[in-house]
Amino acid sequence: MTPFQTMRLLTHNFLSSGFLKNAPTGYPLKLNAIKIETKEADFDEKFIKNMIPKINYECLKSTALGIDSNVHLPDALPEDWESNEAFLKEVHRVLMCVEIVEGELQCPDTGRIFPIRDGIPNMLVQEEEKMDEQPE
Amino acid sequence: MSLPTPQYKLSALRNGEVYEPAEDTFLLIDAIEKDIKVGVFPTNLEIGRIFQDIRSRQPQIVLEIGCGSGVVSTFVNQALHRKVVSIATDVNAKALECSLETARMNGVNLEVIRSDLDQGLQRLQGKVDLLLFNPPYVPTSEEAKSNIERCWAGGPSGRSTLDRLLPRVPDLLSPKGVFYLVALHANDIPSLLRFSDHLKGNVSMERRCGIEHLYILRFVRI
Repeated sequence: MTPFQTMRLLTHNFLSSGFLKNAPTGYPLKLNAIKIETKEADFDEKFIKNMIPKINYECLKSTALGIDSNVHLPDALPEDWESNEAFLKEVHRVLMCVEIVEGELQCPDTGRIFPIRDGIPNMLVQEEEKMDEQPE
Repeated sequence: MSLPTPQYKLSALRNGEVYEPAEDTFLLIDAIEKDIKVGVFPTNLEIGRIFQDIRSRQPQIVLEIGCGSGVVSTFVNQALHRKVVSIATDVNAKALECSLETARMNGVNLEVIRSDLDQGLQRLQGKVDLLLFNPPYVPTSEEAKSNIERCWAGGPSGRSTLDRLLPRVPDLLSPKGVFYLVALHANDIPSLLRFSDHLKGNVSMERRCGIEHLYILRFVRI
C-alpha cells in the first residue's frame, strides 16, 4: 500500500480537459487505471449527502464501472437517494475508498493523455495546447 | 485556545525545492482561524454584519491554489473537523508530494492535482466555498525560472501570477464562497480590494515582518 492517500474518484469527478484546444467538453475524462488500491474510510452520511448534488453522478457511475465490475450503482440517481442507506454507502465506497495509484486520464475529445503517477494526476500542458484565452 | 498548527517535516521540503512555511503562511492560517472562531462569539455584531463566520456558511469544498508544503490546506481541513473536501493544486510535483506527507502526518485527506493554477478544474465553477491563494508576490525584475523562485517571484508588479487567477475567482466561488488572498503592500492593496464588481473585499489581517508588509485580503460575493 502506498503511504499516501492517492487520487480518488472524487477528484476525477471534478477534472476536465476543457482548457485544451479542440476540446469543447473535455468531460468526463476517460480513466485508464493501471494500479488501484482500496482503502477504508469512515462513512459520513451527511458528508455524502452534501456531495451528491455537487458531483456528476453519470460520470461517477460510468467511471466506477469502468474500473470495477462489482460496482452497484443504478443508472440514474434513485428518487429516494437521501434516505437510501445502501445507495449512500455504495456512493461513499466508490467516491472515497477507491484510489488510483498509477494510470492515465484521457481527453474524450482530443485523446490527449494526462498521466497519474504516485496517485497524482498531472494536468500540465504546453502553452500551445491550450485554448486561446478569451479577452475579458 | 488556538488551534494547533499542523505538523510538517522539514526533510519533506526537498532541500529547499518546496516553499517552507513562513510568516505569510502563518498569517493566512491566523486569518482563517479568526474567521472560524468568530462563530463562538455571537455578540460580535460588527464582524457579523460584514462577514458571516466560516462555519455557519457550511463549506464543503476548499480549493487551495499553489499549496506548497500543504500546511494551510491541512490546517483548514482539521479546523473544519475533516468534514470538507480539500483540493490543492501546485505546478511543482515535489510540493504535492510534500503536501500529501503533511496531510498524512496530520490525519487528513487532500486531493492533490499537478496543475497551473486551476487548470483542469473548470467543473468546480460555482462550487468552491473556500478559495485560498498565497501567490508569489515579491516584485522581481524577471519572471521565475526555478521551482523555488516560482514560490515567491511575482514579476515586475509582484502580481503576474495573481493577475492570471483573479479573473477566474468570481466564477469559481460558490454563492456563499469566500476567497482568501495573501498580498504585499507593494502589490497595491486598494486596487486588489476592488478587482471585481461581483466581490466585496476587505483587509482581514495585516502584519509587518521585517521589510515585508503582509496583508490577508478576504472577498465574498456582493
